[in-house]
Amino acid sequence: MKILVGIKRVVDYNVRVRVKPDGSGVALDGVKMSINPFDEIALEEALRIKERNQASEVIAVALGPDEVQTQLRSALAMGADRAILVKCDGRIESRDVARTLLAIIKQEQVGLAILGKQAIDDDAGQTGQMLAALWERPQATFASKIEIKDGVALVTREVDTGLETLEIDLPAVVTTDLRLNEPRYIKLPDIMKAKKKPLALTDMAALGVTSAPQFKILKTEAPPQRSRGIMVKDVAELVAEMRKRGVVS
Amino acid sequence: MSKVLIVADHDGKHLGTGTARCVTAAGKLGATEVHVVVLASPAAAIAAQAAELAGVGKVLVVERAENTQAPAAVLAPQVVKLADGYDYVLGPSNTFGKDLLPRVAALLGVGQVSDLMSVEGPLTFKRPIYAGNAVITVESPPGVKLVATIRTASFAAAPGGNSAPIEALSTDATLPSHTRFVSLSAPKSDRPELQSATRVVSGGRALGSSDNFKIIYALADRIGAAVGASRAAVDAGFVPSAMQVGQTGKIIAPALYVAVGISGAIQHLTGIKDARTIVAINKDAEAPIFEVADVGLIGDLFKIVPELTELLAGPKT
Ligand SMILES: Cc1cc2nc3c(=O)[nH]c(=O)nc-3n(C[C@H](O)[C@H](O)[C@H](O)COP(=O)(O)OP(=O)(O)OC[C@H]3O[C@@H](n4cnc5c(N)ncnc54)[C@H](O)[C@@H]3O)c2cc1C
Ligand SMILES: Nc1ncnc2c1ncn2[C@@H]1O[C@H](COP(=O)(O)O)[C@@H](O)[C@H]1O
Repeated sequence: MKILVGIKRVVDYNVRVRVKPDGSGVALDGVKMSINPFDEIALEEALRIKERNQASEVIAVALGPDEVQTQLRSALAMGADRAILVKCDGRIESRDVARTLLAIIKQEQVGLAILGKQAIDDDAGQTGQMLAALWERPQATFASKIEIKDGVALVTREVDTGLETLEIDLPAVVTTDLRLNEPRYIKLPDIMKAKKKPLALTDMAALGVTSAPQFKILKTEAPPQRSRGIMVKDVAELVAEMRKRGVVS
Repeated sequence: MSKVLIVADHDGKHLGTGTARCVTAAGKLGATEVHVVVLASPAAAIAAQAAELAGVGKVLVVERAENTQAPAAVLAPQVVKLADGYDYVLGPSNTFGKDLLPRVAALLGVGQVSDLMSVEGPLTFKRPIYAGNAVITVESPPGVKLVATIRTASFAAAPGGNSAPIEALSTDATLPSHTRFVSLSAPKSDRPELQSATRVVSGGRALGSSDNFKIIYALADRIGAAVGASRAAVDAGFVPSAMQVGQTGKIIAPALYVAVGISGAIQHLTGIKDARTIVAINKDAEAPIFEVADVGLIGDLFKIVPELTELLAGPKT
């Protein structure tokens, strides 16, 4: 079974992004970029499944500009067998990402697609579910545990009420939550090895997909800021302040 | 003359708290008709609760055995059939809606607006990106069905008092059997529900153990609050995952939020931005939580929290 993992290049989660003064977007110049944290978790899970001899190959796939090769090389260094970069510039909507991933899945006969539950830049949280819908296959979102046996996967999902377990037939799409695993660190020799691993370049046209964005972004602005309030010196003052504001009786 | 279809969230017995917030959002769209669809079995009690929401014109009920503990793959084809003739299909941006709505959108051949936080016009909306560090205004073209999840913290719950007509429907959607519900382990709690509570007390990594969390529960019980936690506290196993507040946990908007031993990472702050009053207790004067707190107290939580619980029981001054 081949596993496809979605790898999105995003602003590193430690960076506090700033909105450009002209409202045209967020400032990305010189900002540290990384693999979307949920996608690192997705890759780690795929590697563990392969290490249990339940998968034959792990393919890391990214859509984006040339620079995304850096993140794909990191994915290869972590242990992916090969990578595919679908070159495209500018904003891509989740539905187009899903359509593109589906084209690759069909070409490669993928048995399991593991994506992040959300990309921490657009915070859309759509691609996995859309991919599953278009593929007409099961989805198990927000996974915190995956067990595979005999063509099915048992997936535990973090839902608002607690933990839900679904049994899904493969092929299927799983999206990762933070507690699924802790991604491994990349070791230096692996970075060298990764340089020799295959990284194929293609584009949406070659995969028979025409991008069809639906939404126009009219402007980007900073969120309303909460201002720093007051400091109190002890618990008695705190209680008095809380009562004054009417938040406790 | 637009029509809105809201997919009701529920736990099999009760209507969830997201639906009433979607009804309010639908009102802002200037819709002439707002319908709520309940896909459940049994469905009567849930449908009756939906019918009480002010602003709802009709409740549609699809009650079939497959709709007990139904996964998104089973619900989506039914919603798609019912969506015919509606301009908008909405669901709450909780794990129910986040799982289901993108699947519905893809089957309808359209995109989705996630976490819709304000309505600027019939087809123009605001939504947060980058963990709420930026807000974008997006516009959808006319004539395309609009699918959106509603950021529940941004809209008040629609009040009750209505008695909308309830209509039973059947759909001829073919439902897949490739996705099967196995189990749900839901921690039992008599405390208020995190997403709708007016007061929330949260604990962070500083609590150190699940046993130490009892001082957080005691404070919460004293003021009738729900209990939340930071990711670090959940990861460390102090509390169940359903209690996580933040970008990847629950986004909440209580009247009072008390953050205890929580540093205030951006991913946590995303979840509490809409709280009316934030109180922070932290021993580090430089902790970022104080930048957003309305009232801050520097000190050792193990001393402060029991004292606070004690004093809150005392006479009003
Ligand atoms: C993709 C992604 C998503 C994330 N999503 C979330 C999310 O949804 N929610 C979330 O919360 N986090 C999330 N995080 C994690 C987040 O970045 C922080 O790591 C986390 O919020 C830290 O939790 P904390 O504040 O409890 O712990 P810490 O940052 O370790 O803070 C502990 C605080 O306790 C204080 N303290 C210690 N001892 C005492 C004492 N005795 N008395 C008083 N104060 C004390 C310290 O001064 C410190 O400020 C996410 C991270 C990533 C990468
Ligand atoms: N440009 C992309 N390249 C590769 N994978 C992507 C891309 N965009 C989204 N994905 C995958 O889809 C997941 C969810 O993204 P989103 O729907 O944008 O929140 C991500 O965690 C990735 O696994």
